[in-house]
Amino acid sequence: MTSGAEAVLFWCLAPLMVLAALGLIFARKAVHATICMVFVMISLAVMYIANQAPFLGIVQIVVYTGAVMMLFLFVIMLVGVDAGDSLVDTLKGQRWIGWLLGIGLGVVVFSFLGRVSLAGGKGHAETVANNPAEIARVLLGNFVFPLELVGVLLVTAAIAALTMTHRRNLTKRIGQKELADTRVASGARLTPLPSPGVFAQRNAMDVPALDPHGQPVEASVSRVLRARGQERDAIYDPDIELLDEAGRPAPSTWDRSVGSGASAPANGESESTAVTEDSGNAESTSNEKED
Amino acid sequence: MDYANYVYLAVILFTIGAATVLLRRNAIIVFMGIELMLNSANLAFVAFSRINGDLTGQVVAFFVMTVAAAEVVVGLAIIVSIYRSRRSVSVDDINLLKN
Amino acid sequence: MINASWLLIAIPLASAAILLLAGKRSNSWGHWLGVLASAASFAVGAGALLEMLGKDASERVVDVHLFDWISAGSLQVDAGLRIDPLSLTFVMLVTFVGTLIHIYSVAYMEHDTDRRRFFAYLNLFVASMLILVLANSYLLLFVGWEGVGLASYLLIGFWNHNPNYATAAKKAFVMNRVADVGMIIALGLIFALFGSLSFDKVLPQASALVAGNEGMMNLIGLMLLVAACGKSAQFPLQAWLGDAMAGPTPVSALIHAATMVTAGVYLIVRSGAIFNVAPTALLVVAIVGAITLLFGAIVGCAKDDIKKALAASTMSQIGYMMLAAGLGPIGYAFAIFHLLTHGFFKAGMFLGAGSVMHGMNDDVNMRNFGALNKAMKITWITFGLGWLAILGVPPFSGFWSKDKIIESAFATNHGEGWQPWVFGLVALIGAGLAAFYMSRLFFMTFHGKARWSTEESSELPTRHPHESPALMVWPMIILAVGSALLGLFLSLGNRFTTWLAPVTGELEHHDPVLSVPVIMGATLVLVFLGAFLAWRQYGAAPVPTEPPVGSLLTQAARADLYQDQFNEAAFMRPGQYATRALVYADKKAVDGSVTGLAGLIGSLGIGIQKLHNGYIRSYAAMMLAGLLIVLIVAFVIWN
Repeated sequence: MTSGAEAVLFWCLAPLMVLAALGLIFARKAVHATICMVFVMISLAVMYIANQAPFLGIVQIVVYTGAVMMLFLFVIMLVGVDAGDSLVDTLKGQRWIGWLLGIGLGVVVFSFLGRVSLAGGKGHAETVANNPAEIARVLLGNFVFPLELVGVLLVTAAIAALTMTHRRNLTKRIGQKELADTRVASGARLTPLPSPGVFAQRNAMDVPALDPHGQPVEASVSRVLRARGQERDAIYDPDIELLDEAGRPAPSTWDRSVGSGASAPANGESESTAVTEDSGNAESTSNEKED
Repeated sequence: MDYANYVYLAVILFTIGAATVLLRRNAIIVFMGIELMLNSANLAFVAFSRINGDLTGQVVAFFVMTVAAAEVVVGLAIIVSIYRSRRSVSVDDINLLKN
Repeated sequence: MINASWLLIAIPLASAAILLLAGKRSNSWGHWLGVLASAASFAVGAGALLEMLGKDASERVVDVHLFDWISAGSLQVDAGLRIDPLSLTFVMLVTFVGTLIHIYSVAYMEHDTDRRRFFAYLNLFVASMLILVLANSYLLLFVGWEGVGLASYLLIGFWNHNPNYATAAKKAFVMNRVADVGMIIALGLIFALFGSLSFDKVLPQASALVAGNEGMMNLIGLMLLVAACGKSAQFPLQAWLGDAMAGPTPVSALIHAATMVTAGVYLIVRSGAIFNVAPTALLVVAIVGAITLLFGAIVGCAKDDIKKALAASTMSQIGYMMLAAGLGPIGYAFAIFHLLTHGFFKAGMFLGAGSVMHGMNDDVNMRNFGALNKAMKITWITFGLGWLAILGVPPFSGFWSKDKIIESAFATNHGEGWQPWVFGLVALIGAGLAAFYMSRLFFMTFHGKARWSTEESSELPTRHPHESPALMVWPMIILAVGSALLGLFLSLGNRFTTWLAPVTGELEHHDPVLSVPVIMGATLVLVFLGAFLAWRQYGAAPVPTEPPVGSLLTQAARADLYQDQFNEAAFMRPGQYATRALVYADKKAVDGSVTGLAGLIGSLGIGIQKLHNGYIRSYAAMMLAGLLIVLIVAFVIWN
């Protein structure tokens, strides 16, 4: 099929694929590299479909992009997103050797390709329509034995993965009570993270809560967001602090006599209660009045 | 449209994948380079299958995909195990076979 | 009896084997078996001699075939005996003097526990010497040659618990070995040139093959001379004879005076046919003889050890014989004549020395002797007869044989050129020196004032010299009779030279440059002068017990003219250096290359080990590199 459309497709997609692949080498963070890889995978799927292999293209998206790359992302998550590495190499000369060998490989294989005539192309347009059935015909015809073997291989792989990541309890299983006791003993935080608080203006996850003083509480935002620098500033009213100072009654003006049962006046007026009290308290109260 | 272009593209991708294996230290990225190599081989197979008009190429690519998937499973399990015991995913830290 | 002459060798050989194998059980009767074996050989030899005397002169060369020995392609050697006047002369000398010495040893070695072993070795020697002189081919002669070398080694080192004696034995053996190299080369050259090693094929052909082969003939002669020098202690291989006196005195008498050391002269005379056509080699023989003559004489003048002085004298007298043999056909017969007479008087003197040592507590230093003539009368008389014989005083044996040699020396080369004068004067001076040192020995031992005392209390060493037992005395007497009369007997009517003629050729007579009476007179004058000087210094004047410092020549003579130092400097040290260099080269080059190779591979391994740095990425890089190389190779091949 010498359609121009395919050529356009190819020439648009191929450079982007190469750039994305280069991104794999040069990306600093692992997640970026993974995203580049996903781009490459999907482009490949498109190319498969363009090459009269629709079944393979869909399988590429489902298996590779959907399963394998997601698996990669999960592992990155398990390992830690900040586990990137610098581009400065620890091995002496590895950088030059790597580039040299890589480019050399390309040159050699290209020279091979140059001698081979890959002209023409019969194509198999008739198989495109019913591609899965056609492939099945070949698969279960000539390649039954490899098919079975690959099945065994997949089972083995799954069991291997289970075995490798399974952690045997060599010690007694730590129960909930033990965990809680350990936590208490180590002085870790027992309570949940602080709620936004009375003075909070926002209750978003990335906005810290405000404590009774009206100050932001750092610990109330998740560590991940903090590490990512995605924490937002808290909005707090400075006046709240002043009111807090002025408004709260001092503990010393409260009525402590048993008989009078008079409740303490809401305002901190000290003179009205001073006459009825003992003279013994008069000095102390007059002393404390100046607080 | 020369179908050989796909093969050239596959070679380029293969080269980039090989360079990734040699140049990056993060084990997961190295592994992704290996995946890139396998995928470029797949592309080449599909292109050859089209050039020769034979579906065998696609079937082989299918097998490669399956095997690659199995390999990814085991490889990532290994990386996770190593991370659990060493707290690092740098391939340079795994050098106990020295000398 | 001639056909049974193999018994000559077989009897002593069997006796030696019995005595060695029977071991200690035969200690009580072993020595008598040895004596009997030697006597039996003498009887067989005497029988053969009588048979031969009955034959006509032309029939006197007999080859007795024993068995086929070597048959290897072109080398065919039969083992057989050659019975002719020359070999029978030697047979008589060896068996007669040998038997007398066997009898002497019974008494001399009486107090030695190893006496039986001594007789075994003596018999072995007699057997080997007889093989040597009776062989009919050079190869069988060489067998006897080696046999006497072995017997000499065993007998010199008989008391090998003393390391000096063992070393002396080794020294003798090693120097003989050096000479044997010459013998082997000569054997090879003879075989190459003549195609055979048997006397009956080689000797008659010598004059026929000389055309165009003069160089080869001369080389053969020189190689035979090298062999003879070692065995006969001639210059330059003479250093072993003095040290060989470490053996018991009967050994010195038999081997190193009468028989083994004469084997070299036998070889030269036997190969006379070859030497006759190799004039250069013959001249070298005469020169070697002349040098040794003077060498021995100078050394003998300064020795205080009685045995060593007699050894130096032997060296000098064999020099006379070599000189005579080197004069060519005019001298061969006289060399053998002197050999015969010398065998008697030298053996007699050695036995006398043994008798003196026996009476003086085995002391050998002549400075401790003196005035023994009254204490040991018979020894004195027998020794004296030998002394007069060696001096060449008429009518004793030495006069007849030695004078003939001096005359022939003056007559060499038809009286032309430098040779008659040089050789003649050397022989003359040698006679004078011999007179001096032999007289010195005689007077120091038997005359003068006694430098010992029978009393315990005096400051002189206490000795009780007494006459030796009968078994020792009678052989000395018989040998003294021979020293006195044998020469005269054999000269009458030139009977000895005609007896030897079938072997040595007809005796030619050339005129000496000085007339015979002048030579004889000069000889006698020098002899009396030497004896008189010796009497004046050692007989009439007191002899100091400590050797006086003496002139430079005296000191050099005491040190054997520095022969050992020369040998060590010229041969031993370079040899040791060469050995050490070879060991060093072996360690460094050979071992070094092997261990170096191993080390190289080891370091190569360590170098390669550095590739194992544990980093996965470098392994991956290596894999990729390998893949690249394979691809490139495939690409190249594909093109």
